[in-house]
Amino acid sequence: MLRFLLAKLLYLIPTFIGITVVAFGFVRVLPGDPVLLMAGERGISPERHAELSAQLGYDRPFLVQYLDFLGGLFQGDLGTSLVTKRPVFDEFMALFPATVELAVCAILIATLIGVPVGVIAAIRRGSLFDQISMTGALVGFSMPIFWWGLLLIIFFSGTLGWTPVSGRISLLYYFDDVTGFMLIDSLLSGQEGAFASAVSHLILPSVVLATIPLAVIARQTRSAMLEVMGEDYVRTARAKGLTRGRVVSVHALRNAMIPVITTIGLQVGVLMAGAILTETIFSWPGIGKWMIDSISRRDYPVVQSGLLMIAAIVMVVNLIVDLTYGLINPRIRHK
Amino acid sequence: MTDMTPQRLSSWTIRRRMAAEFWFYFRQNRGAVAGLIVFALLVATAVFAPLLAPHDPIMQYRDALLVPPAWTAEGSADYLLGTDAVGRDILSRLIFGARYSLFIGIVVVSIALFGGILIGLLAGFFGSWVDAVLMRIMDVILAFPSLLLALVLVAVLGPGLTNAMIAIAIVYQPHFARLTRAAVMAEKNREYVVAAQVAGAGRARLMFRTILPNCLAPLIVQATLSFSAAVLDSAALGFLGMGAQPPAPEWGTMLAEAREFILRAWWVVTLPGLAILVSVLAINLMGDGLRDALDPKLKRS
Repeated sequence: MLRFLLAKLLYLIPTFIGITVVAFGFVRVLPGDPVLLMAGERGISPERHAELSAQLGYDRPFLVQYLDFLGGLFQGDLGTSLVTKRPVFDEFMALFPATVELAVCAILIATLIGVPVGVIAAIRRGSLFDQISMTGALVGFSMPIFWWGLLLIIFFSGTLGWTPVSGRISLLYYFDDVTGFMLIDSLLSGQEGAFASAVSHLILPSVVLATIPLAVIARQTRSAMLEVMGEDYVRTARAKGLTRGRVVSVHALRNAMIPVITTIGLQVGVLMAGAILTETIFSWPGIGKWMIDSISRRDYPVVQSGLLMIAAIVMVVNLIVDLTYGLINPRIRHK
Repeated sequence: MTDMTPQRLSSWTIRRRMAAEFWFYFRQNRGAVAGLIVFALLVATAVFAPLLAPHDPIMQYRDALLVPPAWTAEGSADYLLGTDAVGRDILSRLIFGARYSLFIGIVVVSIALFGGILIGLLAGFFGSWVDAVLMRIMDVILAFPSLLLALVLVAVLGPGLTNAMIAIAIVYQPHFARLTRAAVMAEKNREYVVAAQVAGAGRARLMFRTILPNCLAPLIVQATLSFSAAVLDSAALGFLGMGAQPPAPEWGTMLAEAREFILRAWWVVTLPGLAILVSVLAINLMGDGLRDALDPKLKRS
């Protein structure tokens, strides 16, 4: 297992270096002078331009700048935001829990609904449930989630008035960030109604974010189950006289879960992309909205390091998925 | 080579038989046929947009702002699906918007397909360091969430339709490269390839004429999936203000402009999104049908 882990890690090194090159290169190699872009349409005097370039280090050779960037990276220095003048790392850590909270809720919704729906659809193949749920999954898979979010706002916030339109919690409540997770912090604060407010703010964004993963997981679970149900060992188990329920839960489901777990893990990248749209629609103060705001403000140190952090997170999650896959499927590990 | 087969069939006959077999399997999937019909209608709408649209899509009727659709009490028969905040006819904008979506899909898939096939062929055919370098570059692109990478690319290149299409194509291209590479690796030691090699076929001929046609099935399926994803992602970029710029009647851009009216005028928000959903759904339904019909492993499974 250790060798498997080491091999995987070694394999990631060139990819990680590539990611740093891409994140770094965006600002510098592609057409467009970052200082001019920062100055915006008003323009900038040549003296001020030179001064800013020197201050930000853009006048030095690319390679020096890149090594500087890498060096900073290893010391946990991701640069300073041009707009807020705060370290990018601090900003990231302050906003990250909001995105994690949203993403965890979304993946829970997607898994807890998607897996059972997929299993039932596979067992009752061709039934009305199968047809309706798989049509629903295809619609979900095709959904422009930014529009879906707006529809939910129109219906639940506008027509019914059940949920708030934006933010993480009502302004009525004040309490300290303990964990950064609003659901936990609101409970810890002990204020009446705070937790309910946090839940009502979280519910629509997480449903929107869960939509595509839910569809993918349901479809994948169904097809994995169908494949496994046709295997010899399932037929053998049935022939031995085991009940249908036992065959499904013990023999089929366990094996079908192997590709499904991979699918769930791979949804993390999808979630990060979805978070950009979801957080924008619901004004959710997380990483996605931060990236969008930074891109439109041309805050390049933030864009560069944010890109890097997000890619690194996706990479680490994919590694964990790979390792889990190796753990539950020995055939891969010993290959 | 055909002399060795007991019964000679012209290549035309073979193609016709393959098409017939394909259609036989495709037709059995009702969803796929429905998707195909909707897609055909969409293409017709895009092609004949100037004839179908009752109004100019960017003409602003200042005396008819936010008119609701014709079937509502305040609606007007002049504007069947109502007008937006500056008095443009929504139906006409949706009809012209079909052009954008199809155009984006075609351009993105063509660029991604071309680049991906080339990289995949080179990597799979030459192997060793060529393969290692190319595939690590693909891994790097795949490590970024696609929409985020496209967004940053567009931000640097400058917002606009062309840059959005280029960005999306770059982001999709590794999927095609990986598929092509895997297919080439599976095919390149098969007998027919060795036979062609022994017969004196050069590298380029081996790659493009001998191997490539036998790798097409998964690429066609992926192309369909990428087409629908391109429609979705370009609409998302438009929605975020990074895609087609106003007053272009692109569906995502229309949604972005409509956002502030969501609680006042449901039709300006609902209809463009519905157009996106129906188009993407139709293409995905077709994709499912194509996969079933083209992939013999999945046939009737």
